[in-house]
Parts: sequence; structure tokens; C-alpha cells
Amino acid sequence: MANQGPTYYSPYPTAVYEGVITPPEGKALLLTDVVDEEIAMREIAKVMLTSENATIFPGPQVLYGYNEEAKKKAKLIKEMAEVLNSKMIPMYDYRPKYPKIDAEVEINPNHPNLTIWHNNIKAAIFIGVHCHYANVALKIVRAETDCYTVAICGLSGHEDAMATLRDQHSSELEKFIKIAKEVKAELGK
Amino acid sequence: MSTIKDMTETKNWSGQTLVTADHMLFEAPRNKHFMTGSEVLKEAVKRCTVDASVSYPITPQSEAAHLIGELWAEGYVGVYFRGENEFGVMSEVAGCSMAGARTITTTSGPGTLRAMENFAQWSGTRIPCQLILMARGINSPLTIQPDNLEVSYMLETGCMIWYAENVQELFDMSIAAFIVAEKPDVHVPIVTVVDGFFVSHTRESVMLPEDDIALFPYEPYKSPLPPIDSETPPGRFLRDPFVMKSNYISYATHASWQWEVRSAVERSRPYAEHFLNGLVHITGNEDAEIAFVTCGTASHQAKEGQRELEKLGIKSKVIKLRTIRPFPKKELLAALEGVKYAFVPEFNVVGWLEKEVKTALYGKSDTEVVGGPRVAGGMSLPAEAIIQEVMEKINPVKGA
Repeated sequence: MANQGPTYYSPYPTAVYEGVITPPEGKALLLTDVVDEEIAMREIAKVMLTSENATIFPGPQVLYGYNEEAKKKAKLIKEMAEVLNSKMIPMYDYRPKYPKIDAEVEINPNHPNLTIWHNNIKAAIFIGVHCHYANVALKIVRAETDCYTVAICGLSGHEDAMATLRDQHSSELEKFIKIAKEVKAELGK
Repeated sequence: MSTIKDMTETKNWSGQTLVTADHMLFEAPRNKHFMTGSEVLKEAVKRCTVDASVSYPITPQSEAAHLIGELWAEGYVGVYFRGENEFGVMSEVAGCSMAGARTITTTSGPGTLRAMENFAQWSGTRIPCQLILMARGINSPLTIQPDNLEVSYMLETGCMIWYAENVQELFDMSIAAFIVAEKPDVHVPIVTVVDGFFVSHTRESVMLPEDDIALFPYEPYKSPLPPIDSETPPGRFLRDPFVMKSNYISYATHASWQWEVRSAVERSRPYAEHFLNGLVHITGNEDAEIAFVTCGTASHQAKEGQRELEKLGIKSKVIKLRTIRPFPKKELLAALEGVKYAFVPEFNVVGWLEKEVKTALYGKSDTEVVGGPRVAGGMSLPAEAIIQEVMEKINPVKGA
């Protein structure tokens, strides 16, 4: 991630063009810094627990039970939402919504800012969204809102999020929940 | 015929042992062979567990597509068929790749231009297919001779572009190309370029690993877009192309999408650095004030020029660019530190590489870029022409 918050009316510059790319294996990205995964997890938990209307955006890969890992992840994400005191607004699919999106109940990669504006979301986790659509959405969110974005990714991570974890499977989600509980206790939330 | 059902955890459908690209490229023992570029491409494809290849084997191009067809007959390639023309071929390549197949094709010259719309569509749909571009002249007038003007048309398609100098590089690059293109954070098409005839038709020594090993298959479910699969929601990319409903999307979607494709190309850098041993290769005198910035067979000719200049007591070096997209700007700037003149010899009339170099250097380097010498339409690029260009620049009164 390069700059947090609105970059005028344009989604540029993208983080890659500021020299930031996906973190190497075993590492995470916090803004422009490559850090240990646990450090990023603690920061993500802190931001989610201290931001207004923190929300998790689960995507199709965890919303539909097409394999056992997806089902396991879905249950863990519900637990994660409880621990982080956050709401959940799903990204059911990637189609533009006709005639207009119901920003109360869903988010869409083609106009994610509408949901964030409407619900006044100041921190959000994208999880289970296919990487390309997550990246398209993250660039728009960064350009159009002041939302702190987190990408928890099963593959290589997302440099256009303010914080990103990579190679996150159910075991890593369990680890994140454990850390989030510790941070929550520390903050007295 | 081969089918995916024949695959096991350790063997592919043709019985080859599955190995990593690192093993294939850096560890497996190699033996010396004597082959043309087209023949060596067949050997590379044979070791890549390729699911699909589509061709329009127009004559005269190269026999590369025909030889991949032989691989299908021998059971090494899953599916092989012929398109109605190059536009059809590239569209069909898109279909194969979107459906999760490791796919390759070859073309050149007028065929490239006929298929042009597809290349931007390939990158926009984030497919990791490979095009082997054996560059030749484009019409008109018709020529079948080597000339790389067509590469300039490919520069802004959103595809990665790598450029091989010789038969050996073509073999190694075309194998690494699949692996880099298939990385989930990259996942864009890759164009592996060689200069037609000079590489495609010329027989050279080449070191090859045994053909009883092959790359692990492509994993389409590690794709940044869902592959076409009616069983896996929401594989509806094609049924709901958002641009068709542009009234209902954010104005920023198209822009963000385009930047994401270009970002993906940039994310390939660390992978390319690993497999290509750096994005530029330098030969000659490190501290020279004269450099040649090259790609493809122009590199070979520039190296000959560099050796001849050395005999005249003039130090120079050759900076060979191995990737054009992403453009190795940082590496080029570092290589040109202390260089007074950078010559850009090219096999085309427009000097597209010179423009790329000038863009990269603008405001960041004191090196003067000299576009030339340039040849086209099948001319060779003798060392004498390169030496003459240098002498006329550094010794304008006496010249060469």
C-alpha cells in the first residue's frame, strides 16, 4: 500500500508504481513495510477493534461451500467477526448490480466505495475475494474513501491494501483469531 | 490421445516425471544438441505439460506450430487444433486458457497484427497463456524476412514481453515463462520473442535436460479470476461482462482494472529476476563510456562489435535487456552509470527500443542515447555497421 485515503478523483497511483509489491512468502505487508506475519496480525486486529463500523467483506470463495476448506474458513470468519466486534457485508459475486446496489446488504468490486460510503466504514477486511477483483476494488476504495483496508489472502497478498496477509488458510485464520483475542483483551474492548 | 485422467501425483499423462521449474532449469543434467529455434521450442513444450495449443500454421513462418502438432500426435500435448486464421487462433487460445488449460501458440508478422485485439483481451482477462513471437516483417510490402517492428505493436497490450537472444535462451525462457505467468499475483499472458529466421531457422548448439521430465501442471484454481467452470460459482465473467452494463458500474472500474493488469506485469519482476538471472545481462568492460543497449539478436551483433572495438583500444559494453515488459528501468539506469554514449542497434526502421530507452532515462541520466544503427526487412546487422556508428559519434571528423 502506498498512500492511505483519497487520492483525488482518480485511483492512481497504484502501490506497484510506488515500488510496493506483494510480500515474500512468510511475510506480510503493513503500508509500505514488509513485516512478520504476527506483527501485521496484531496491527490489523488493533485497527479493526478501534475503527468505526469495522466490517468484514467475505467473498465468493468463502461464501459458497464448494469444498471443506471453504466451509471451515466460513465458520472461522464468523468467529473472527465476533472477536473483532465487526459487521459482515458479503460480496456475493462480481456482477455489476442492476439497477443499483443495496449498499446495506452487499458490496461489489465494481463500485465498492458505495457500500463503504453508505455504511461509513472506517476499516474493512477483504477475505475470500478472487485476487483480481480484490485488487480492482482495493484501488477504488483507496482512491474514493478513507477506509483502512486489509486483505487476508489465500494466495500472494495485495499491495493495494493497507495491510495484507498472504497464504492464509484455516490454520492461519485460527492463529489470527487467537491474536485478535489477545489484542482485544489488551484494549479492554 | 492424452487425457488429464492419466495424470498422477508424480507423472504427467505422457509418463514424464513431474519436476519444479527450478529443477528443470537449474539442476537437471543437460546434454548438448544441435537444433533450430523451432526445433528447440518443440523440446521446451515437450517438457512443460502443455494442455492445449492452437495454431494457424501459415507458410512461410516457422515450423514451430507444426512441431507442436507433432507433440500432440506423440501424446505430449493435451489438445491441438487449427484456427481459421490468427484472430481465431488467439480467441481460441483465450478460451482454452480461461478454462484452465496451460496454453501456447506461435505467430509472427502479419499474423500478429491480424490477431491484435485479442492480446489486450488476454491480459484483461488475466490468462497466463504464452505466445512465442518469432518476429518478422509486417506488410506492406510483404516480407517474410526478420524484422522486429511488430514488437512495438505489442508493447502496450498488458502482456509481459521477454526477448530471447538465441536458441538456448528460447528454450530456457519459454519454460520459465509459463511458471512466471502462472504466479497468482502475476497471471497475465507472456510473449516470448525471438528474431525470426535468425533464431527460428538457425541451427545452434543447445544444452537440454532429458525429456523424461516435465513441469508440474498449471493449477487454474490459484487464479486471480475464477476459471470458466459451471460447477464453481461465480464463474460468470463472460456472461456478465461489466463493460456491457457500464451505466451501473463505478466510473473508476475500468481505470482500476487497467492499472491492475499493468501492476500484475510489474509484480513479475522478482520471479523474472530469479529465472532469468536478472532482467539485464552485461558483457564487456564494466567501466566503459560506450554502451550498447540491445535485445534479441542485436545483442549478439553488438557483442561482436564490442570485441572489435576492444581491438581498436575502445572500451565498450553490451547491456542486453531480457525483459521489455516489465521494462528493466532500474537495472538499465544502474548499468549506464558513467556511460557517455548509449547506442541502440535495432532490427526495425522506427527505433522502438530507442524510444523505450529514452523514456526510461529521461531526467534521470546524463547518458546520450544514439538510436542506431538500424536495419530492417531482413538485412543483417554487421559489426562493421555498429563500429561505424560508434566511430562517427566519438570521432566526427575522421569518422570510421
